[in-house]
Amino acid sequence: MEKFTKHTGTGVPLRQSNVDTDQIIPAVYLKRITRTGFEDALFSAWRKDPSFILNQEPYNAGSVLVAGPDFGTGSSREHAVWALKDYGFKAVLSSRFADIFRGNSGKQGLLAAQVAQDDIELIWKELENAPGTQVTVDLESKTVVCGNIVAPFEIDDYTRWRLLEGLDDIGLTLQHEADITAYEATRPAFKPKTLPAKIS
Amino acid sequence: MGKTLAEKVWDAHVVRKGDGDGANAQPDLLYIDLHLVHEVTSPQAFEGLRLAGRKLRRPDLTIATEDHNTPTLDIDKPIADLTSRTQIQTLRNNCAEFGVRLHSLGDAEQGIVHVVGPQLGLTQPGMTVVCGDSHTSTHGAFGALAMGIGTSEVEHVMATQTLSLKPFKTMAINVEGTLRPGVTAKDIILAVIAKIGTGGGQGYVLEYRGSAIRALSMEARMTICNMSIEAGARAGMVAPDQATYDYMFGRPHAPEGAEWDAAVEYWNTLKTDDDASFDVQVDLDADALEPFVTWGTNPGQGVSLSQTVPSPEDFGDENAKAAAERALQYMGLEAGTPMKDIRVDTVFLGSCTNSRIEDLRAAADIIRGREKDPQVRMLVVPGSARVRLEAEAEGLDRVFKDFGAEWRFAGCSMCLGMNPDQLEPGERCASTSNRNFEGRQGKGGRTHLVSPVVAAATAVRGTLSSPSDLDPAPEPAAIRIDAA
Repeated sequence: MEKFTKHTGTGVPLRQSNVDTDQIIPAVYLKRITRTGFEDALFSAWRKDPSFILNQEPYNAGSVLVAGPDFGTGSSREHAVWALKDYGFKAVLSSRFADIFRGNSGKQGLLAAQVAQDDIELIWKELENAPGTQVTVDLESKTVVCGNIVAPFEIDDYTRWRLLEGLDDIGLTLQHEADITAYEATRPAFKPKTLPAKIS
Repeated sequence: MGKTLAEKVWDAHVVRKGDGDGANAQPDLLYIDLHLVHEVTSPQAFEGLRLAGRKLRRPDLTIATEDHNTPTLDIDKPIADLTSRTQIQTLRNNCAEFGVRLHSLGDAEQGIVHVVGPQLGLTQPGMTVVCGDSHTSTHGAFGALAMGIGTSEVEHVMATQTLSLKPFKTMAINVEGTLRPGVTAKDIILAVIAKIGTGGGQGYVLEYRGSAIRALSMEARMTICNMSIEAGARAGMVAPDQATYDYMFGRPHAPEGAEWDAAVEYWNTLKTDDDASFDVQVDLDADALEPFVTWGTNPGQGVSLSQTVPSPEDFGDENAKAAAERALQYMGLEAGTPMKDIRVDTVFLGSCTNSRIEDLRAAADIIRGREKDPQVRMLVVPGSARVRLEAEAEGLDRVFKDFGAEWRFAGCSMCLGMNPDQLEPGERCASTSNRNFEGRQGKGGRTHLVSPVVAAATAVRGTLSSPSDLDPAPEPAAIRIDAA
């Protein structure tokens, strides 16, 4: 995973709450077996509407998405994160993220920054009044800067550390393989196994 | 101080406690007892293992089935959609390469992953269960800690049989009282989501408690836990009791003999201690519940079936108001319209929420001896091939076919329309599934989430209806057609 320290890019105001993962990427695109190439799938239903924010310049070249509360609800599909990344987004700002989406973002180096709704409203206004305004998201100081607005954001310390260092989760866990093996030796015998298969 | 059920299961699976304390604590490393796999969220994870030269650590704690993409017609023919066919073939290749047990289309144990696990007796109390699917919360009905995960985590579990997780907060959902006739588990969970909102459960594990929950069957408890994710929760749980043990006893992978006794002894400890405390408590009065239905485009936008479509003005919060306006426009509804005046084109009985044998029986009991509204099409999609066989042995397939419904093969089907079962733009559906998101059941499709009995009554009348709205059936509805 690439390290994330600070990013500056065009902010995209998405004035909508409950942006679910079916909107971020409809199920029809989940049939692919690759991990990249999902840029066309991002918000594909909404992008058919010419007035949608990503169909307007300069927002179409945006890399910081500023959304309403409850972003990423619904399905666990990591494809939602892949699609945002493939389109060019580096960070998403919202006052509330769905748990699984936030977890998936952390694994893929997309910054899910939790910003108070009052600050989101200020940033929306700034981005709408001055399209193309650059937004800086600084993971070291946990702040967002947009025009004259400086807002703090929250992210859990562990995810922040992993993003700053660009660490691979599986590699980190495998450092504790001896602990896993020791735990396995203590599992009760009645716990089920899938193999050999038993069928009624 | 005592512990909650969720905390007990958590503590029993800690491989390694995270360093540090409080807010700065690193996540715990948790052992995973069962990993369920399907074709959609696994190909990139298997590929990740291959690229890193890693092994699948515990094939014997892993099981796969095909569900999201599978057609529900002509299952003996090659899958027509080439990308679907490729994805399913990829799962077959991966399972063969990594030694994973797979129940393929055509196999008697194939079906929706969350129907298959419990049916085989692989889901048991006190386990940790994960799957690259948000509705993994279903398995919490057994007192398991069951969570949906993303593909990176799928790969992590494959490589390590663990997950790094920060402890969740706990929320008690207390449902006391007795459900009225025609009111079901689906109505309980839709009412819970309407009450706490789609984000209300974020960061929490929900424990469903109270006399109304205790009175529910295991399949009904699965319906409730299934939709915990729609309230934003990572998991939902019900403490195991005699109903749980009765359901599990004799299933293929349930413990036997002395192991059964040892297991039950342990399972009996899996309840929230009297002196434990939850971070949040929510109360719901079962006696006051009516059949519930959604009017909007998220599962929190629901009302009792006897109410009217709300007005955006009813919502104080600006975001909720804007969301309601947008939802009404998408759904083609006007505020003030009685929900029961809304005409539907399609009725879908299926999905991991409501496709088990009890769901099919409940719907069949409503339609038996009655006629379908001729303009409505009804799709009945059993949750698994096993459920389909069981239903056919009871003659339920004939009840559905005589009624004019389509009797299909098992899979996720029209819940998310990854296979050919989709709504047309503007088509309106009463659906027993779990998500009424824009386009979820097909581009431009309009979804109303309902229980199986409301779905059945709606198919009779053509408008959203509860069983109590139906005229008496011409023949006594209690007569079951037994297996021929």
